[in-house]
Amino acid sequence: METSIDFRRIVKDYILEEFLPGENPDELTDDLPLISGGILDSIATLKLVLHFEEQYGIVLEAHEADKEHLDTIRSIASLLTSKAR
Amino acid sequence: MSNPRPLHQFLCDAAALHPSRIAVVEPERGAISYAALDALSDRLRDRLVTLGVRPGDRVGLYLRKSIDAIAAIYGILKAGAAYVPVDPDAPPPRNAYIMHNCAVRAVVMERRLEDRFSTEFFELGELPPLLLLDGAGGGGPLARLLDEADAQRPAAAAKNAMSPPEDLAYILYTSGSTGKPKGVMLSHDNAVSFVDWCSAVFEPQPDDRFSSHAPLHFDLSILDIHVALKHGAALVLIPEERGKDALHLARLIAEERISIWYSAPSILSLMAQFGDLRSQDCSSLRLVLFAGEVFPVKHLRTLCSQLPQPRYFNLYGPTETNVCTYYEVVPPVPDERTSPYPIGKVCEHLRGKVVDEHNAPVKPGEEGELCITGSGVMQGYWSLPERTAESFLVDDDGTRWYRTGDIVVEAADGNHIYRGRRDRMVKRRGYRVELGEIEAGLYQHPLVKEVAVVAVPDAEAGVRISAFLSSKGTDKASLIELKRFCAERIPLYMIPDHFKWLDALPKTSTDKTDYQRLKELG
Repeated sequence: METSIDFRRIVKDYILEEFLPGENPDELTDDLPLISGGILDSIATLKLVLHFEEQYGIVLEAHEADKEHLDTIRSIASLLTSKAR
Repeated sequence: MSNPRPLHQFLCDAAALHPSRIAVVEPERGAISYAALDALSDRLRDRLVTLGVRPGDRVGLYLRKSIDAIAAIYGILKAGAAYVPVDPDAPPPRNAYIMHNCAVRAVVMERRLEDRFSTEFFELGELPPLLLLDGAGGGGPLARLLDEADAQRPAAAAKNAMSPPEDLAYILYTSGSTGKPKGVMLSHDNAVSFVDWCSAVFEPQPDDRFSSHAPLHFDLSILDIHVALKHGAALVLIPEERGKDALHLARLIAEERISIWYSAPSILSLMAQFGDLRSQDCSSLRLVLFAGEVFPVKHLRTLCSQLPQPRYFNLYGPTETNVCTYYEVVPPVPDERTSPYPIGKVCEHLRGKVVDEHNAPVKPGEEGELCITGSGVMQGYWSLPERTAESFLVDDDGTRWYRTGDIVVEAADGNHIYRGRRDRMVKRRGYRVELGEIEAGLYQHPLVKEVAVVAVPDAEAGVRISAFLSSKGTDKASLIELKRFCAERIPLYMIPDHFKWLDALPKTSTDKTDYQRLKELG
């Protein structure tokens, strides 16, 4: 049985593990500005996109891989959810 | 100064020769011909002169890279003023500081940035006139602003300034070790002699299409803009928000038929790794130029194997001299090569020498600091006479040598090999970062008692920046809080990769911060 993937949790765990080692998970809220807040730089954003493209066979268009779509865990998760369908 | 002429004369001459050729392309937003760009910049010149801008003044440029911004650069130059470009994404307090520091006479900016800028500027002094564009893109917003201003009060037709060679053409602010950015003053002669050198070495043609990848506040943009427009070529603007997207950039080279690419090596590394270059038609590329940091050989090898046909040049030089040495890398890059390529020989419009700690020239093969003199060397730092004096070595005959702070070795064949820095400046993704400026930013945090920032080499990223902190009490700020705190005070590219709280920072026997120990931890 296929259940929908909880991208919010997965994205959050990935960011914590990959870019914020040792950080208290409660600090990383779903609406925290990641790019404009200096949490993820451009290289980190690229790594994140590539990771999810490889893991879930998703392809993001160039115009989707921008600050507007990737600035919060919530927006990343909703983009991935829409693509995974 | 064999042929003194102001920098903006290049555009005027090209517009007379090639009025209908495309000067600037802004993908998906439009393009502008030489005649139209010349005319639009004339109109801004007239408006600036009507506002009271006079030769020798400075005018700020605070907008995204666009046809509007390129027209504004020439409008400012034609009015006889120096343009002062700032990063529209940098924290507003930093940009307000810069504009106030060099006492701009006016600012050409996007309306969306006005509120925070004005608030920050009010704390420093009286706000200069702001020319507010409703957005920036395609040239339309600048034209509309000028239409509206003319409808209220027509601007009188002015003449192009006959800027003498020593007048400032632009001021580029770079990271300052004291925590405040410092303004590098470049004259018309500095700019024109550099542009002429590029003409001689790269032989641009009207059919060339130049990439404009670097932001306008970055000295790579001088080559992009002024060399392209001198030769009647097309300048293809790559917006900053798309500048790190490797796939997009590779596609853009193919679609826009770019023939001369210029960027920091980190961007080319990204394209080599993630750009899928082999499946793009990049046959238009004839020159790939890179500058700003060491190009990791591994990625350069990949790039050259994917794109074997263009010529590759490693350009080196600080903002204070623009490019001062160059080296042609001839593909393929041998498999056994692990050391970076040389930075090369001194450019023909300059002279160089390598000196020891007593300022005496060293023998070829020995390490020393590279010093540069000649027509490309800056006038000094804006309103920092002491800092300016320290940065020059003056010979008995009065020759001023700019001390690059870079330690090099001159090989027997005249090529220079880069060894490292004399001070605490690092290059990250082509940007200059003074570790002291990051420290000054973090010291403003209420919990921080002590902070020390170190940079260590990193095979993947080139350099990794780590901040070590100690707390005034038992509370410690979280990683996220520290990053957000930095994002409000320093440009994003300066934010450290790692933060670590220590009970106390390690000290040397003379009670100074032990940076060597921290580098081992970093």
